[in-house]
Amino acid sequence: MSPAERFARLPDLLAADSDLRRRGGWLSADCRIDIGAEPFYLSLREGALAELARGPRLLRSVAFSISGTEEAWQRHWRPMPEPGWHDLFALTKRGAASMQGDLRPLLQNLQYFKDLLALPRRLPEAI
Amino acid sequence: MAPAIDPVIGRYVRFEIDGVAHRVYFEESGPAGGGGIPLVCLHTAGADSRQFRHLLADPGVTKRYRVLAFDMPWHGKSTPPDGWERTEYRLTTASYTAAIRAFCRAMELDRPVVMGCSIGGRIVLNLAIEHASEFRALIALEAADFQQPWYDTAWLHRPDVHGGEVCAALISGLIAPQSPDVSRYETLWMYMQGGPGVFKGDLYFYRVDGDLRERVKGIDTSVCPLYLLTGEYDFSCTAEDTLRTAAQIQGVEVQVMKELGHFPMSENPAKFREYILPVLDRIAS
Repeated sequence: MSPAERFARLPDLLAADSDLRRRGGWLSADCRIDIGAEPFYLSLREGALAELARGPRLLRSVAFSISGTEEAWQRHWRPMPEPGWHDLFALTKRGAASMQGDLRPLLQNLQYFKDLLALPRRLPEAI
Repeated sequence: MAPAIDPVIGRYVRFEIDGVAHRVYFEESGPAGGGGIPLVCLHTAGADSRQFRHLLADPGVTKRYRVLAFDMPWHGKSTPPDGWERTEYRLTTASYTAAIRAFCRAMELDRPVVMGCSIGGRIVLNLAIEHASEFRALIALEAADFQQPWYDTAWLHRPDVHGGEVCAALISGLIAPQSPDVSRYETLWMYMQGGPGVFKGDLYFYRVDGDLRERVKGIDTSVCPLYLLTGEYDFSCTAEDTLRTAAQIQGVEVQVMKELGHFPMSENPAKFREYILPVLDRIAS
């Protein structure tokens, strides 16, 4: 399963995590997550995923975006990630990921987003 | 049934730092009959002495060491000095060094061992540079002469972002994934409780004022032994940062700790024990 295919499972993964949705209860924002060259548009409403749109969307506006290489996400989602690949900021520090846009909603809900973006680690086929 | 009381005593000590009166909270534990080699523990930026609670309660340590962990002014139960409301808190190399030496003097400690983590580790390097003869040994955890910043500290203190939660969320990635959840979240809880702007003020020392590149070459480990230990999952102070620093210091002992991150003593006390007990044994022998 490619990193993008894994990330496409996000709606099910978040739906199964009521605690994470509870912690995101004050969060409503639109953002874009790039898994390698493939963009995903997330519409988050009160901590739940109202929409996950896969692939390019012309003129779609988002508050912020996070881009990571395929390798970055693949290694980040290993059941026991290696040092330097285990955290979003470890990825940005090593240059394997970056953040752009209005980062305020990201920083206001940072643990939520870190945990959200780590959810594919729970997939059994993750290696 | 007798109450289950931890073998740790917390008290306040009053002393001046650079002419300013302070009331500093500390916890201690030691040999049942008193005495012991004083071991002063320095917490990380934006946290407090609770990070050392497992070490304080470890008979393997306290049978020979009088362990003392104090909350830096502005942290934990050590309140800021009078008039704090009219100042912006900023820790500097000079003020941090003065606070540690003032605590050791106030407690009448004779050549203590000092062990610090993160900013506490960095300042231990400065103690080794400037005041080595005052100490029996120095232990720097997660320390280097310099580290590349990995985020903008302006996010740590502004009204539209919860300071405690953003501080904890930022540093959460510095904890190794192998660390037990209960210890991970206890470590994060301490960060969530920091005063407004305090973590940011500590990082002024770390980011702006505390660059020890070049200066570490002057450390003489024949005057005071120096030990450097860094967790492999610490991407703030990386193993490479520590090894680069160690390569400049003759006689230093350096170790990279497997399956540990930036908060070894609180994120995984059992694992940290495997690394720190042999070091403490050597210092005591």
